[in-house]
Amino acid sequence: MCNISLPDAEILFEQLVNKIQAESDKQFAVVGIHTGGVWLAERLYQVLSTSQHMEPLGILSVSFYRDDFDKIGLHAQVKPSEIPFTVDGAHILLVDDVLQTGRTIRAAINELFDYGRPASISLATLVDRGDRELPICAQYIGAQLQLPKEKILAFNRDDDGKFKLSLKNKKGAENDEEGLSA
Amino acid sequence: MINRNPQLDKNRVLQHLLTMEGLPAAILLQILDTAESFVGVTERDVKIVPLLRGKSIFNLFFEPSTRTRTTFEIAAKRLSADVFNLNIAVSAQSKGETLLDTVDNLSAMNADMLIVRHAQSGAAHLIAKHVRPGIHVINAGDGRHAHPTQALLDMFTIRRYKQQFHNLRVAIIGDIMHSRVARSQIHALTTLGVPEVRVIAPKTLLPSKVERLGVHVFHDMNEGLKDVDVLVMLRLQKERMQGAHLPSSEEYFKYYGLTPEKLLLARPDAIVMHPGPMNRGVEIDSSVADGHQSVILPQVTFGIAVRMAVMSILAGHQV
Repeated sequence: MCNISLPDAEILFEQLVNKIQAESDKQFAVVGIHTGGVWLAERLYQVLSTSQHMEPLGILSVSFYRDDFDKIGLHAQVKPSEIPFTVDGAHILLVDDVLQTGRTIRAAINELFDYGRPASISLATLVDRGDRELPICAQYIGAQLQLPKEKILAFNRDDDGKFKLSLKNKKGAENDEEGLSA
Repeated sequence: MINRNPQLDKNRVLQHLLTMEGLPAAILLQILDTAESFVGVTERDVKIVPLLRGKSIFNLFFEPSTRTRTTFEIAAKRLSADVFNLNIAVSAQSKGETLLDTVDNLSAMNADMLIVRHAQSGAAHLIAKHVRPGIHVINAGDGRHAHPTQALLDMFTIRRYKQQFHNLRVAIIGDIMHSRVARSQIHALTTLGVPEVRVIAPKTLLPSKVERLGVHVFHDMNEGLKDVDVLVMLRLQKERMQGAHLPSSEEYFKYYGLTPEKLLLARPDAIVMHPGPMNRGVEIDSSVADGHQSVILPQVTFGIAVRMAVMSILAGHQV
């Protein structure tokens, strides 16, 4: 099963940053989605805030807006959402690690609108693996990857803050973590 | 598997919240952590999340209550549930319907959750045993037995102001004997690792063998308040005056009322809590109740977030 090779997450991140800097003239307020999206958003914020004044970083935990609550309940470690700026009129850059069905993004957009009416919302994601179930697309993408549906693409940050991608099997217990990070 | 905790299913997942007794610290902490997220929601412009959309929650209060019933109702509405308040005093029970028949009827109306307050200890347990799987029961106070959501919101308040439990001295002062709040608090505090829980009360207001719950007993406030981090004042129920438990409320205030002078005996950063409703000038002096060490109103605010957490954790656990 080791024949799927994954790209280096650090390189994807660079590509993502370049795209945002090249293509956008908006003054974004950055909002990360728990947990991987927040790690990305933190780094993105560091890079973007060197060249422009930015609103403080926002954090969304979409736990209370998920559409699978009836099936899987509440995650044991719900983290609070924090939006420390005025959403009304803001150009929001929503950041998540992996985009697949689009359901997390749907939940995030719903939650954002409970804070106010943004001028616009753009989406940045490290990996777009297709398989969309909702009409949602990302404006800024690190890479598009075709992966078998039964695999979970896990995004992680190691102790030195380096980003990593790895593949896991969907049924938790016997996950053969192959550590295909580099 | 003798005496399986009726609140947990066979996988030890929370299905009902009936008492603090026998619940592991991990579940209490999960509720407190989840409540932390809901505090953020209640501070927003739009104080509502869609989590329990379409769920029917029935407030079943067989005993009068304003604060608890209202905070449960607000909590349920902020989770987008439909809330139904049953005015039991003027409804079926006064026409002779039994408790379990009332519950069966609500079950037939496809209730998802029942919030029960009853003067009889054990009423919520009885209902929890009776309902079909999938209906969750929350005890909002039964007799002298338990009031778990009050205890949880008190734990939440303590953690907010004191950060951790393992280095605290907590004193519960007043009518321990008749207080379901005190019983639930004692269980929660010991489960969460508070090393010293004190109860301070006259002998007539202490249950016999209260030490067995793991508390230190004091009859003198001047001794009991020394170096305390958290003070929990309990309401002195006026009806107790007639039962020869106490001579008069003036006398009670003299010995057990919390005055600014007595508060000086506790640690300078001690917090003062009260589950409400409070009797000013009976168990607590107004200047203390409104003073800078009082966290009585934050308790009410946190109560909503804690009840949202309990409801959403229960509703998320399917059978």
